[in-house]
Amino acid sequence: MVQPLTYFKESASQTAGPYVHIGCTPNFSGITGVYDTDLGSGSMVNDQTRGERITIRGFIYDGAMTPLKDAMIEIWQADADGYYNSPSETRGKADPNFFGWARQPGDMNTGEFAFETIKPGKVPFRDGRPMAPHVTFWVVARGINLGLNTRMYFSDEEEANAADPILSRIEHRVRVPTLIGKREGNTVTFNIYLQGENETIFFDI
Amino acid sequence: MKNTPPETTPFFARDREWHPPAFTPGYKTSVLRSPQRALISLEGTKSEITGPVFGHNILGEFDNDLIVNYAKPGEMALGERILVYGRVIDERGRGVPGALVEFWQANAGGRYRHKKETYLAPLDPNFGGFGRTITDEDGGYAFKTIKPGPYPWPNGVNDWRPAHIHFSVFGHGFAQRLITQMYFEGDPMIWICPIVKTIPDENAIKGLIAALDMQNTIPHDMRAYKFDIVLRGRRSTFFENRKEGN
Repeated sequence: MVQPLTYFKESASQTAGPYVHIGCTPNFSGITGVYDTDLGSGSMVNDQTRGERITIRGFIYDGAMTPLKDAMIEIWQADADGYYNSPSETRGKADPNFFGWARQPGDMNTGEFAFETIKPGKVPFRDGRPMAPHVTFWVVARGINLGLNTRMYFSDEEEANAADPILSRIEHRVRVPTLIGKREGNTVTFNIYLQGENETIFFDI
Repeated sequence: MKNTPPETTPFFARDREWHPPAFTPGYKTSVLRSPQRALISLEGTKSEITGPVFGHNILGEFDNDLIVNYAKPGEMALGERILVYGRVIDERGRGVPGALVEFWQANAGGRYRHKKETYLAPLDPNFGGFGRTITDEDGGYAFKTIKPGPYPWPNGVNDWRPAHIHFSVFGHGFAQRLITQMYFEGDPMIWICPIVKTIPDENAIKGLIAALDMQNTIPHDMRAYKFDIVLRGRRSTFFENRKEGN
């Protein structure tokens, strides 16, 4: 006999289901009068927020190349200087005018999602090397049994992307572009493919 | 909130044999929505270890009382009155304080208040079907609601969901983000549900079944169901946080 390891098991995930918007974005789903606003909705920036204004737009496609119209997307990102607005951020204090987290449903008719945010700064990897600017994505929907994690990097950061410790170690180089949001002006387009030839890289984080 | 320093270590790896796999053909919608390539492992960086914190200022007075939060003044939702309570803990058994817990459910007849819902059971004009709360310093939470009804859904020709409440939980790091469902002790529908059956391990399913708790039942008012939620644990601080930039 040895001493027991007294760990609990994480609660098993279950799909967010078709009605996730009732619980997480009720005003969007048409149920008004309970919450003033939907948590994480609206622009992520105000007049004082530091950084370059961008809008991230995209669709989430299933294996039949049909956009999901019932997904919920959350993003988490650093501020313009690369600091997270979180108690676990120990390197410095993040921009108080940038929360760093937002939640958006896909449009009920088209499925398109959009986030009004700023371009994040570089955050160090565990060994201190800088990671290229990126936004963490979490996607849930009916038919997705466990939330999917991915990252969006930026097409206008070729040099930083080439040196990024995560991107640079991906064996199948042909898949790397699935993690790159395409920047045109202040719009960054990031489509997520759940299956198929261009299946997005998802991470076990 | 206890005056303890925030934790900055990476999370325990997620046990992917315990969670449902992405591709579960018994739950038809998963077939075209399941990534088919291997996930790429990404040990926790700052981007995964950190996460947003929500203050109590976001909460309204009745956000944790679904019996009244949508009801007309002086009225209440119809159904079996229940108190759902428990703790949000991590895999080490530590309470997770300040966790935002959101929940949503069908009404007593099994009908959701949603445009795309077509079940013939009627809406309850006094029931919205959602609420939220933030855990206390021990990770405890509680809310009042009515017991949701089971309902049929388009999957197999005769598939029914057991009575359940959806939960969305934020821990302290974005890697802890979790959505799950709570079921009710004694419900025979649990074991024939294709969504429940996406979970391969029977013990993992049992971990989602709330226990009827007569000790915390409020006499002549509402029965209590206890539902603890376990989020990923964090590594100890030994040999962590030593590297530059971490």
